Amino acid sequence: MEFKFNEENQNKLNTIISHYPVKKAAVMGALWLAQEQSGWISGEVMKEVANQLEMTLEEVLGVVTFYTMYNQKPMGKFHLQVCTNVSCMLRGGALIFDHIKLKLGIDDMHVTDDKMFSLEEVECMGSCGTAPMIAINEDYFENLNISEVDNILESLKNKN
Amino acid sequence: MEKIILPDIKDLHLIDIYIQHGGFAAAKKAFTKTTDDIIDEVKKSGLRGRGGAAFLAGLKWSFMPKSTDKPKYLCINGDESEPGSFKDRQIFEYNPHQLIEGILITAYAIQAKIVYIYIRGEYHKWIKLMQKALDDAYARGFIGEKMKETFGTDFSCEVYIHKGAGAYICGEESSLMNSLEGQRGYPRVKPPFPAQNGLWGNPTTINNVETITNVPPIINKGWEWFSKIGEPRHPGTLLFGVSGHVNKPGVYELPTGTLLTDIIYKYAGGVPGDKKILCVIPGGSSMPPLRGDQLEGVKMDAESLKNAGSAIGTGGVIVMDEDTDLVKVLARIAHFYHHESCGQCTPCREGTGWLEKILKRLVKGEGSSSDLDLLISVATNIEGNTICALGEAAAWPVRFMVTRFRDYFEERVSKEVSLSVKNKVHSMRNTSIPLAPVTR
Ligand SMILES: Cc1cc2nc3c(=O)[nH]c(=O)nc-3n(C[C@H](O)[C@H](O)[C@H](O)COP(=O)(O)O)c2cc1C
Ligand code: SF4
Ligand code: FES
Repeated sequence: MEFKFNEENQNKLNTIISHYPVKKAAVMGALWLAQEQSGWISGEVMKEVANQLEMTLEEVLGVVTFYTMYNQKPMGKFHLQVCTNVSCMLRGGALIFDHIKLKLGIDDMHVTDDKMFSLEEVECMGSCGTAPMIAINEDYFENLNISEVDNILESLKNKN
Repeated sequence: MEKIILPDIKDLHLIDIYIQHGGFAAAKKAFTKTTDDIIDEVKKSGLRGRGGAAFLAGLKWSFMPKSTDKPKYLCINGDESEPGSFKDRQIFEYNPHQLIEGILITAYAIQAKIVYIYIRGEYHKWIKLMQKALDDAYARGFIGEKMKETFGTDFSCEVYIHKGAGAYICGEESSLMNSLEGQRGYPRVKPPFPAQNGLWGNPTTINNVETITNVPPIINKGWEWFSKIGEPRHPGTLLFGVSGHVNKPGVYELPTGTLLTDIIYKYAGGVPGDKKILCVIPGGSSMPPLRGDQLEGVKMDAESLKNAGSAIGTGGVIVMDEDTDLVKVLARIAHFYHHESCGQCTPCREGTGWLEKILKRLVKGEGSSSDLDLLISVATNIEGNTICALGEAAAWPVRFMVTRFRDYFEERVSKEVSLSVKNKVHSMRNTSIPLAPVTR
């Protein structure tokens, strides 16, 4: 399916482009906007970004694959990012990751059948002082324990 | 103790409150001075970088060429991805305008017309907070064309946020520049250094968020005042982020030279269950770990920590109690660096993979004593043989932890059970220094 930025995002993209002397520098911003709009970075997205920023498809692909936050496939409605790095690990982060894995029955970087949840084991998120933490889409949930994680997951299920 | 970066002022993140407390007076003052005067002032203050390497900020600025027609750039490094570090986000949230004011002064000093604040992509919330602060500062005429009128100067600059997308390596300054230019974030071979050949081949200065937030108070109160705070060779305060096994984890702004044991016991409330400390990483996960019995008397500044056998890094203090499984911890650290290696240099790409693999073997109880020597040898072969310092960042924790905890690792190699080396750990202590108010 062909990808086009909607009007609002096209305007945002034009502003981002104006911040740099070279169009190509707007690629990360363009990919962020596209991901907000369609949830992930498809081949069509990359084509459109390459087109607008006068880059080759390979260059855009090279950027997409360099970073962990550009989804190269559709993720769940709620993308759960669990930090298991040292400071979180010391306070139970790894246990939370294993718990969610079991509870949702999915592995790292997988999506539940109903497309509601996806799970990702992430590196330090800068919440070590409020560890353990998970991020759900863009929001941080900190100072967690297993039962709070359960509560959060329940409330998300009910949101639908 | 006076707090310079995160003072206890309610709602300081609002521009009106910031102005009420003397905000933007330093910028006004700076624009009446010559750029050389400002660089000189910051040089004399002894301000050192807060991003990891503790390099003198004023000296770095003085490397920017003066006689050039090329555009100059300033990059503010807010990638903050070093495990154990969570301080810059406090500035975005609680004192963004002091960062903006520091940016204006620094941009003027090095004559950069365009400034990028590179913020890690995971910090969606803090990017929004920072953008709001920038919008407010623009609206007041503190940034952009209007600042000429506001400050009565002929200098102006634009400030933009560049959002990262999840890559620890992009905190390395040359990788950050490639990332910003829209390339893959590969670190560049140095020299040439950014001051000569930075963004799009132009002179560029890169400083950490906290470094630049120190600049307005230095301009306001003078270099002498600043140079007298904390440890003379590394003056000022630091935002110490304390995490792991402490009762009150969090960010504490304290003078450099504060005792590590005071940070842990006085400010961060000691270890839960009054357990003993097995290991502390004093400056973020890349820095050499210290044993529990090495902590006494260690002061938290670049020079003292060097003498103690570690480094200040980002000031992220990770505390591990006596029941911690160090092998698992080290395996997790090794996994991180392997995952984050950009893969350009063979010693780093292959070496980090080996370290992870061997350590995972040890976790499973399938290791042997010779694996410990192998770990040290692999780590040693990475160090000094790579394009960027991620090589050292990956090698140091392994080499120092295995060496310093050799007895522990020897016991642990062939067993799944977690052992603690009780006789070697630091014992509980009480300090006589009164408790200072705690930062948020
Ligand atoms: C692998 C790696 C990651 C780094 N990450 C950061 C970071 O997240 N933030 C930062 O300010 N500096 C980071 N640095 C240090 C920067 O390269 C650079 O020295 C620093 O931003 C300079 O600012 P300062 O002089 O104000 O400290 C990193 C260095 C390396 C080697
Ligand atoms: S040392 Fe590692 S991270 Fe740095 S450039 Fe080489 S491969 Fe990349
Ligand atoms: S280790 Fe989990 S947020 Fe830092």
